[in-house]
Parts: sequence; C-alpha cells; structure tokens
Amino acid sequence: MDREERNKKYNLYVSSKSPKSREWPNLLYAFLIGGLICCFGQAITDTLQIWFPAMSETELGAWTLTVIIFITCILTGIGVFDDIAKFAGAGTIVPITGFANSICSSAMEFRREGIIFGMCVKMFVVAGPVIVCGIVSSILVGVIYLIL
Amino acid sequence: MLLTYLKVFLTGGIICLIGQILINKTKMTSARILVTFMVAGVLLEGIGVYQYIVDFGKAGATIPIVGFGRTLARGVIKEVSTKGVLGILTGGLTATTAGIAASVIFSFFVALIFRSKTKHS
Repeated sequence: MDREERNKKYNLYVSSKSPKSREWPNLLYAFLIGGLICCFGQAITDTLQIWFPAMSETELGAWTLTVIIFITCILTGIGVFDDIAKFAGAGTIVPITGFANSICSSAMEFRREGIIFGMCVKMFVVAGPVIVCGIVSSILVGVIYLIL
Repeated sequence: MLLTYLKVFLTGGIICLIGQILINKTKMTSARILVTFMVAGVLLEGIGVYQYIVDFGKAGATIPIVGFGRTLARGVIKEVSTKGVLGILTGGLTATTAGIAASVIFSFFVALIFRSKTKHS
C-alpha cells in the first residue's frame, strides 16, 4: 500500500475516533461560566470594599484573586472542579481558576511520586511555562518602556 | 450596580469565548491557552490598551489570566518609573506574587490532604 494513502487513511481514522466537540453548546457554556466566574470575582471585590473601605484597588484585586484561588484549590481537591471544567471548557481555563487548577491538579497527581521530587518538582509542570513566558514578555515591555 | 455586573459578565464571557474558539479551531491544549493569554495580557498592557478594558469590565478583565499578565506588565512599568533599571527585574513578580504564592501554598496543602482520583489504568 502506498505510504501517502496509508497516512491519509490513518488520519481519517484518527479524526473519526477523536471525540467530536460540538461547537455551539461549547461556546455558550464557556461564555456563561466564564462570565459567571468574573461576576463572582466582582462580588468578592465589592464585598471586601464594604468590609475594608481603606483598601486600595491593587490590594482588593490581590485579595479577590486569593479567594478565588483558594476556592479553586478546594474544589480541585474534592474533585468537583474537574466536573465543572469538563462542561465549561475555556470558561474555567481562561480565568485565574485555570491557573490555580493547573498547579493544584499537578501537585495532587504527582504526590504519589514523593513530596519533594514528585509534588514540589512537578507542581509547575503546566504553570511554569505560563510564568516564564509572562516574565520574559514583561521584561521585554520593561526594556522598551525604559528606552522610550 | 446591575449594569456593572452586566459589563463584568460580558467582558469575562467574551474573553473566555475567545479562548474556547481557539480551542475548537486549533486544538490548543489548556497550557498553550494559558501561555497565549498571559503574553497577550502583558503586551496589551504594554501598549496601554488593557486599561480601557479594565475600566469597562472591572473584574471581567482582571480575573481572566489576561489580567494576570496585565498585573505583571503594570508592576514592571510602575517600578521602572520609580526605581529605574532594577525595576525591570523586580516589578513583575512583586506585583503578581500574591497570586503565585497563594496558588502554591493552597495547592501544597490540598495535595497533602486530598488524594488524586485520576484513574491510572
């Protein structure tokens, strides 16, 4: 059998077996869940502002993120987060919940390989590149800003 | 009040929608999505556009990972103007350390307490 033909057949087979994600419901759920998470964040910010009127905007932002990260880690721990993420797709990946979940789930997954060389090493398996790329690009921005 | 939340909902929803479209069209993994959005946030703040989105969408623009990138870039820019060259290195992490440290410490304890339910077959 010709090699090209075989590859073509194989690709067809793969695409017929790979899970079909229906487009429209996916997009709708991502939009709804993402929006809801952000509204929840706004509600935390507003509540904190009522409780601690002296807080600056940056502090409020940091506290809001911390609360959301805390909730995400707990939900990941008890296994609820995966169910939500399966259904929401990018709705849970794009908000800070996705970042916290990537750290927490890697930490839990590699826990059985030991605490130092399993959990602590592999914790940043997904989030590491995010932080590295963020820092590199932010330094680029800083250098450009310094020159201009 | 209600209008604010509507704006937050729309902004956050649209940012997540863009992510889902990217996933559907290009089969990007979630790690790639996170990296792309982080860098996008840094660059958008670098050229000064993201502040307008934050003014409009509030938490809708700061909760997504794009906002995390924005905080990073904002920290660098702020420290560059107050501390000079060293600010390029110190600014970014100083501004985002709350998020990173919180993720690390909560994940650390959660992983100690809970067991992973991942099926290993």
